[in-house]
Formats: sequence, C-alpha cells, structure tokens
Amino acid sequence: MSTRAAASDGRYFQSRKTKQRVGKTILLLVLVGISLLLLLPLWWMIATSLKSLTEIMTYPPTWIPKAIHWENYELAWSKGHFTRYTLNTLLLAGIGVVSHILANTFIAYGFAKIKFPGRNFLFSLMLATMMIPSFVTLIPQYIMFSKFHWVGTYLPLTVPGFFGAAYQIFLIRQFFMSIPNELIEAGKIDGASHYYIWWKIMIPLAKPAVVVIAIMTFQGAWNDFLGPLIYINKESMFNLQIGLQSFKGQETTQWHYLMAGSLMAMLPVVALFFFFQRYFIEGMNISSGTKG
Amino acid sequence: MASAVKKRRMGLQERKEARQGFIFVSPWVIGFLVFTAVPLLFSLYASFTNYDITSRQDWIGTRNYTNMFFHDPLFWKSLHNTLYYVVFSVPLTTLGSLLLAVMLNQKIPGMKVFRTVFYLPSILSGVALYILWQMLLTPGSGLINVMIGWFGVDGPAWLVDPVWTKPAIILMKLWSVGGGMLLYLASLQNVPEQLYEASEIDGAGPIRRFWHITVPMITPVLLFELITHLIGGFQIFQEGYVMSNDMNAPGSPVNSLLFFNLHMFLKAFKVYDMGYAMAMAWFLFVVVIVLTVANMLLSKYWVHYEGGDNR
Repeated sequence: MSTRAAASDGRYFQSRKTKQRVGKTILLLVLVGISLLLLLPLWWMIATSLKSLTEIMTYPPTWIPKAIHWENYELAWSKGHFTRYTLNTLLLAGIGVVSHILANTFIAYGFAKIKFPGRNFLFSLMLATMMIPSFVTLIPQYIMFSKFHWVGTYLPLTVPGFFGAAYQIFLIRQFFMSIPNELIEAGKIDGASHYYIWWKIMIPLAKPAVVVIAIMTFQGAWNDFLGPLIYINKESMFNLQIGLQSFKGQETTQWHYLMAGSLMAMLPVVALFFFFQRYFIEGMNISSGTKG
Repeated sequence: MASAVKKRRMGLQERKEARQGFIFVSPWVIGFLVFTAVPLLFSLYASFTNYDITSRQDWIGTRNYTNMFFHDPLFWKSLHNTLYYVVFSVPLTTLGSLLLAVMLNQKIPGMKVFRTVFYLPSILSGVALYILWQMLLTPGSGLINVMIGWFGVDGPAWLVDPVWTKPAIILMKLWSVGGGMLLYLASLQNVPEQLYEASEIDGAGPIRRFWHITVPMITPVLLFELITHLIGGFQIFQEGYVMSNDMNAPGSPVNSLLFFNLHMFLKAFKVYDMGYAMAMAWFLFVVVIVLTVANMLLSKYWVHYEGGDNR
C-alpha cells in the first residue's frame, strides 16, 4: 500500500476516540436490530405452534398466544405418524454417522500418513470429484441401484457411506497432517500395525475433527429429502423429511399443527448445535484455514 | 530421486508400506469407480439414447439434445428460473454473510451471542424450514407482509404470484446467511492485527482498510465460497418441489419455481424419460464446469494468496 499522509495531530486522535465510541454504539444497535429481525421468524413459529386455529386467523395477528395450546404438539405428533418417521431417521442417521467416521478416517489415514506411489494423483482426483455436482450422478446411480434391486430399501441411502465422502476425507486428512509423524514411528517401533495406529492413536487424537464429521453427517441424514424421495416408496419407511412433506399435504393450512410438527422435526439439529457449538465453529476453522 | 542402491535396500519395506497405503485408500477408489465414474460414463452414453429404464435403450444420436434446445419450452423456462436464482442469490448471500462477518469482527461486547444468533437460522433446514417460510410468506397475515405493512406498504403475494416466487426463495436464503458468515469470520480472524495497526497509523479509514486489507486477505475463502455457492445454486431443487403452491404440480405457480433440476427430476422420475433427463444433467454439468474453470482462471486477477502460508 502507498504511504498516506495523515493528519496525525492531537486533535485527530482525540476526535478519533469519540468517533470510535459513537461508531461502536451505532454498530451495536445495528447488530441488535439484525438479531431481532433474524429471531422474529423463530418467535413467530413458536407462537403459532401454540395458538388455536381461530387465533391464527385473527387480524391483526397476536404476538403472544392468548392461551397456550400445548396439545398442538401431541396432536401434530400423532396425526403426522412422527414416531415411525423419527425412528427411521434415527436408524439412517446412526448408520450414516458410524459409516462416515469409520470410512473417512480410514481413507484419510492412508492419504495423510502412508507413502505410496500415485498417492498425490489419487488425492487430487478426489479433490476434483468434490466439484462434480450430485445431480449428474443422481439418475445413473438410481438406474444402477434399481438393477441391484435396491430401490425400496435403505441400501442406496446407507451403503455409499462406507466408501467415503470426498469432503470429509479431505477435512480429516488435513487434521491428520497436523499430527506429528513421530507418533506413528513410535507406534511402529512398538510393533503396531497401521490398523492399530489408525484405530487406537489417530481416531482418538482427531476427536475434534471426528465430531465435526459426525455432526455434518447427522445433519445431512436428518435433512435428507431427495434420497428417500426417489428410493423409498413405502409409507412405513419414510424418513422425517418425506413424512413432514406428506404431513404438509395432509394438513394444508393448519398452521398450528404444521409449526408444531416442523419445530419438533428441527429440534434435534438445533439441540446438537447448542451442545456442540464449539465443534461447529471448529469445523469452519479447519476448512477455512486449509482453503485460506 | 533415490539412488539405485537405496531403492534396492528399501524396496521390500517400501512395497509393504505401499500395499498398506492402497488398502487404506481402496474404499474410496472402489466407491469412486462404482458410484461416480461408471455412473458418469453410463449417463453420458445414455444421454444419446431413449432409455426409459424398463424397455428401450436405442441410440438416437443427438436427438435428446436437439429436443432440449428446440422443442422443449420448459427447458428454457427452467434454465431461466435457475439462472435467475443463481444471479441474485449468490451475490446477495455472499455480500450478506461478508457484511455480518465484518461487523462481528469488530471488538464489541457480546460478540459470541450475536454470532450464535446470526448462525442459528442457517442450521434450520429441510422441509420444516420451507413450511415455516410458506407460513411467513402467506400474503394476508404472514409475518413478512405484516412487517412490510408497518411501513404502510402492501406486500406482494409472494409464493402465489409467479413474479414474486423467486424473490421469496431468495429472501428465505438471506435469512440463513449466518452459515457463510461463520466461514468468513474465521478467515477474518486470521488476518494479522499488525496490518490494521500499520494502516491506521498511515491514516487509512475503516472503508479503505476494508478494501485494501480485509478483502485481499480473505479472497481465497471468497473464491472457495463463490465456487461452492455457484455449484450449489445450480442444484436448487427442493425449494421448488416443496414450496410450490400446488402440491400436485411441483414448481407452480405457472412453472415459476420449476428449476432446472426439478424439470430434470420430473422428466426422469415422473415420465421416465431417463435419456432426456441425463442429457439435461450433462448440459448443466458442462455449464457448471465452464463457470468453475472461468472462475479459477479469473481468480488470478483478484485472489491474493499470502506467500508462504500455503500448506
């Protein structure tokens, strides 16, 4: 940058200080304003979920429900068959989390800590596949799974997870790279195999990154819509998202039930966020640090 | 390069090591071949056929592609819808999340609380989010139009009026800019403090500091975000499927939410014109590749990599 002559006399610094304070106050007000704006829809959602239908229809709308209708939640839950859908979703998410942790740490260990010819080529190839939009493989994958007679089962939604996901491999690999090689050498001298080192040393050491991919995978499985939409055709096998979509079709403008149902469907991910906020931010730091 | 002697001495050990390496990455290699490479090649071939999954698979040359360009008005409509979405949502959400990140990067009290609040909407996703916004965007009594009403203006009919459906979706996306914000915030916090101090002594004001220090320092993340958002933007699908005002006609009203991928999806899974749908997929794939490569090439002129900081 070029040198810029500034009016750096005493008056300047003094006025700068008050200017800064005024600026900070304005900024704070703006931030509070934005926060309210962003939280308002959430409040509206909660309020609507607790209102009666007649109160929802009144105009101007009420900000605080006149009477709290907790039963909306019970009714939405039973009307929407959410027990079934939640169990199905938990099963899918559970398999997803386990498979992703196992496969992606395993593969990442190979890319990070074992030297073999062609490693760099394969790694670059893997990075390149991250650029392939999923819609290109969607239809041919469907055709393939239908030839396997897997349509109508959970296999298309769960099996690919055991073969790794490029972005997560990349994330874990970056984390593994920061673990000193001496640890592995020491393990080898003690006679440990790579499998042992991967399972007993690397996974425990990479706990923050493992938690990040676990959260990511859980979120992805919880919100998966397109997969179940094309592969699952039996109502008893619906996951939460498809179930919610059909609940929406059934209740149309019964907003109190729809909001109660939606809130319940979103709650686990929100809870996860509050429990693991540190890891959400950690995940951002890992990815921004490596791409920066 | 290792000398011949060294090579022989370490050969056995190295080969054992290499075998182990292959074993460790083999799940990905198998997965890549089975779930990506073969499907990709198959779909390229099948896009030149009238494949319908059950009975026919005849070579029809480029007919899918010519039909697409010259005989399917919905192809252009859906392409237009997707482009409209990408052109507005990518810059707006980038700007929004960058702005929030810059504001939070100032030393202000309660930064962590603001960060949580801003990020919160972006973790709400899936069908529940769309249902929520369908309610918020209800023309008469929805929150959005109630708020617009505070200014004495009548809000539009949003998801009911074909002109306003896409702005409605973009508005919803703007609500969740907190996700991108977190990424920018992380990279802003990596900008060395000394740079700001030095420029302040030089008398650079906040705006100048922003353009000449902050922006260049975070351009790598900006590029990454731009590319992923562009690719993601072209894949918009679910919004048009779930938020259409007629559940039996995804993309309605008047196909204003018929995004490219939704049109492709309906071709593939409602009328089983798989060959045509795969031709559509390849067309969009090429568009995305061209844009990504162009982005990478252009990045030379605006992305600044801090020397020696590359891992």
